[in-house]
Amino acid sequence: MENSTPEIFSAIPLTYYILLSTALFVVGLIGVMTRKNIIIVFMCIEMMLNAANLMLTSTSAYYGNSGGQIMVFFTMAVAAAEVAVGLAIIVMVYKNLKTTHIDIFNKLKG
Amino acid sequence: MDKIFYILSVATIICACMVIISKHPIRSILFLVATFFLISAHYILLNAQFLALVNIVVYAGAIMVLFLFVVMFLNLNKEVEAHKGVFSWFAAIVSGGSFFLIVIKALEQSKLLINDSPNHSIGLVENLGHVLYKEYLLPMEISSVLFFIAMIGVVLLNRKEKIVKEN
Repeated sequence: MENSTPEIFSAIPLTYYILLSTALFVVGLIGVMTRKNIIIVFMCIEMMLNAANLMLTSTSAYYGNSGGQIMVFFTMAVAAAEVAVGLAIIVMVYKNLKTTHIDIFNKLKG
Repeated sequence: MDKIFYILSVATIICACMVIISKHPIRSILFLVATFFLISAHYILLNAQFLALVNIVVYAGAIMVLFLFVVMFLNLNKEVEAHKGVFSWFAAIVSGGSFFLIVIKALEQSKLLINDSPNHSIGLVENLGHVLYKEYLLPMEISSVLFFIAMIGVVLLNRKEKIVKEN
C-alpha cells in the first residue's frame, strides 16, 4: 500500500484540480451572493473553504511537500471553531428576532 | 483513472450547484454532505488518506450535523425562503464567471513546475503525523487553545441570553 504510486499524478495534470477547486469556489461565491437565508450563506462559505482545501491538498500531493496538507488540517480546525461560534450567534439572533433573513443581520452593528 | 476523476468532478460540481439551487434548507444541507464526501473521495484519489478521514469526521460528521441540528431546532422546514431578484443572480453569475475566466487565463500563461519524482506517501497517516508532531507542534497546541476559546464563546453567548431574560 505504501509503495504503490497512484496513477493519478501522471494521468491528470495539476491544472484540472486547480480548475475544479476554482469552480467549487465560484459556486460557493454565487451562493453567498444570491441566497437570503443566513444558514445557507454560511454553508456556502464552508463550501468555499473546502475548495481552498482541495486546491492546497492537490498542490501538496503533486509537489510532494507535506506543508499544504498540514495547512488544510489547521484550516479544518479553525473552520470547526468558526462554525460553532457562528451557529451560536445565529441561534441567538433567531431567539430574539424570530428570523434568519440576512437583511436582519445588519442589526449586529449595534 | 481518468474516468474516476471526471465522474467525481462532475458529481461534485452538480452537488455543489444543487446546494445553492434547492429551496429547502435541509435538502441543501444533505447535498452539501454529499459534496464533502465527494471531496473526500478526491483526497483518497490523491493518496491523502489522513485528510480524507479527517474531512469525513470533521466536516460531514461534526459540522454538517451541527447545521442540520440548528435547522431542525429553528424549525425552518415550512418557511419558504424568498430568493433575491433576477438581477442578483445575474450579478453573481457575471462576477463568478469573470473570476473563473481570470483563473483560466492565468493558468494558460503560467508554467507549473512539477516535481518529477515526488514522494507520493506524504498523505498517509503515519507520515503526516510525524510531520505534525515534529515540525508543527506549537500550532497544533495553539489550535487546541482556539477550540477552548470557541467553547467559552459559545457558552457565553447562550448564557447572556438567559441573564437578559431573568432581568
